[in-house]
Amino acid sequence: MLGSIYVTVAVAFTLTIGILNFLNFTIPAIFMITGVIAWAVAAHWLPLGVDGGLAWPLAFIIGIVAAVLASLIVERFTFRYLRIRHGDATEHAIPLVSSLGFLIIFENLVLIAFGSEAQAFPEKFKSDFYIGEIIIGLPQLMSLAISLLVVAFLSWTLKTTNTGRALRAIAENPDTASLLGVDVRRIVPLVFLFSGLLCGVAGVLFVVNYSDVSPYMGEEVGTKAIAAMVLGGLGSIWGAIAGGLLVGLLEALSIHFFGADTVDVAVWGTLLIVLILKPSGLFGASRIGKGKL
Amino acid sequence: MMGGYVEGIIAILCINLIFAYGIYLTAASGQLNLGGAGFQAIGAYVAGVCSNYFELPIVFSVLGGILGAGLIGFLISFPVLRTRGVYMVLATFAFALVISGIILNSEFLGGATGMVVPAYAPVEVLIFSTFIIILIVFWLMASRVGLAMRAVHDDDVVSEIMGVNVKGIQVFSFTLGGALAGLSGALYAHHYSFIEAQYFNAVLSIFVLLFVLIGGTQTAWGPLFGASFFTLVPEILRLGDTEWRYVIFGILIVLMMIFRPQGVVTRTFVHRASKIFYRTAER
Repeated sequence: MLGSIYVTVAVAFTLTIGILNFLNFTIPAIFMITGVIAWAVAAHWLPLGVDGGLAWPLAFIIGIVAAVLASLIVERFTFRYLRIRHGDATEHAIPLVSSLGFLIIFENLVLIAFGSEAQAFPEKFKSDFYIGEIIIGLPQLMSLAISLLVVAFLSWTLKTTNTGRALRAIAENPDTASLLGVDVRRIVPLVFLFSGLLCGVAGVLFVVNYSDVSPYMGEEVGTKAIAAMVLGGLGSIWGAIAGGLLVGLLEALSIHFFGADTVDVAVWGTLLIVLILKPSGLFGASRIGKGKL
Repeated sequence: MMGGYVEGIIAILCINLIFAYGIYLTAASGQLNLGGAGFQAIGAYVAGVCSNYFELPIVFSVLGGILGAGLIGFLISFPVLRTRGVYMVLATFAFALVISGIILNSEFLGGATGMVVPAYAPVEVLIFSTFIIILIVFWLMASRVGLAMRAVHDDDVVSEIMGVNVKGIQVFSFTLGGALAGLSGALYAHHYSFIEAQYFNAVLSIFVLLFVLIGGTQTAWGPLFGASFFTLVPEILRLGDTEWRYVIFGILIVLMMIFRPQGVVTRTFVHRASKIFYRTAER
């Protein structure tokens, strides 16, 4: 069940788009970086004399830190730079295009560093238990719990803390927010930090569930997460959660009834139909994501 | 007369140019089409079916590809134009993925094994078609329709007030853009004699949109520059198919957006360049 991973990545997407009106295409790459770095650290780190790599909890932490760093690098060179130079950069397709540039850079740097094959993570996480006839994987259950916990924490932060209020003010109107004393330049990196963190958690959950990583793992999950976010409606955290679970369900059902080749048609077809019937997604605020590109 | 290597590059350049002009036409009237590969796939497969099952000559199968993709573009433009901004980008993206998914699952179209297209179009045909398309697009952008498209791109509300049929222009550019992408697909099918759904993937859609946005959407020179630059430079650098080529591509994209956010070739740029020629002619 990929649902919980889709949920986490979709929330990362919806966060940057809801607050900054920026479709951040590097998110799949950042998700992938977490997995690959965690694998590299766990399998090969310190090959000089040390047998094997670091223990897996440390590897996961290093993976998440790498994700956050990558996300902040992206902020520095796409969003911040363009904002300083062009005022409200989000009016144009510029940040979108630069983030596609970063997606290509990250993916291919990982390809150069680690090759294109899928690699098995040294630690296996497998423990299933039965409730009657149904097999329930402990990792899957944990993933769902962890991703919902992270998202709930995020949602709580946005609602109640000062930082959350500042973020919501920026989402309403960046200029007014900065006039009213919100330090936009200090707050915006936080959005990228959060979305990097979410991608990192999702990447770790992926490794725990599938025990292998590849430079292409981000594409599949990332595009599905975009579908999930759009299904739920841009900028809505609960919409992204519903969308993520829905995409996971659609995927499982279409594999079960029609075979693995029909997954794309099922997921993207549903998305297309939803957009035709309701052009702002299922739970989308009508304001977000409709600006000119 | 031409070496196989040069011929190969020219062929892919021609296909990329026509494809980029298809995406450019929609972008020039202010809509981003991230489903280019879908339209190209429709063109390629319609041409393939016409040539394979009905044994039509190349001219008619290519025409079929154009009409097929144009018709689908026309039909899909109505629901897609209801969405805006990011939603529209993703609706077109979803459209392309649905198309490639349908092809993958269709026995009739060869599914995952692909389809052989026996009728061969030599590279001269590609070059000729590319010239015609470039001329047509330049003429179109210089016409009243082109002016209306630019107006809709800059501000749809004001253009509506000034009496431009905004919806009509958008549907027109979407349809024509789809038809051109279809033409590029049909030519691809006939030149390479083999098509498979996996080729028309999301990455292709993304790259062709990048060609257009980086070249610049203000004038018809933009896609000419964008598609040529990103097709030829990797070959000139002799980077082959290594990953470094893509890393450099990515870095170039980020740099170009920092230094020329409106695209490399802008309206002012063309204006200045034409002034230089004008002056030398006067002397």
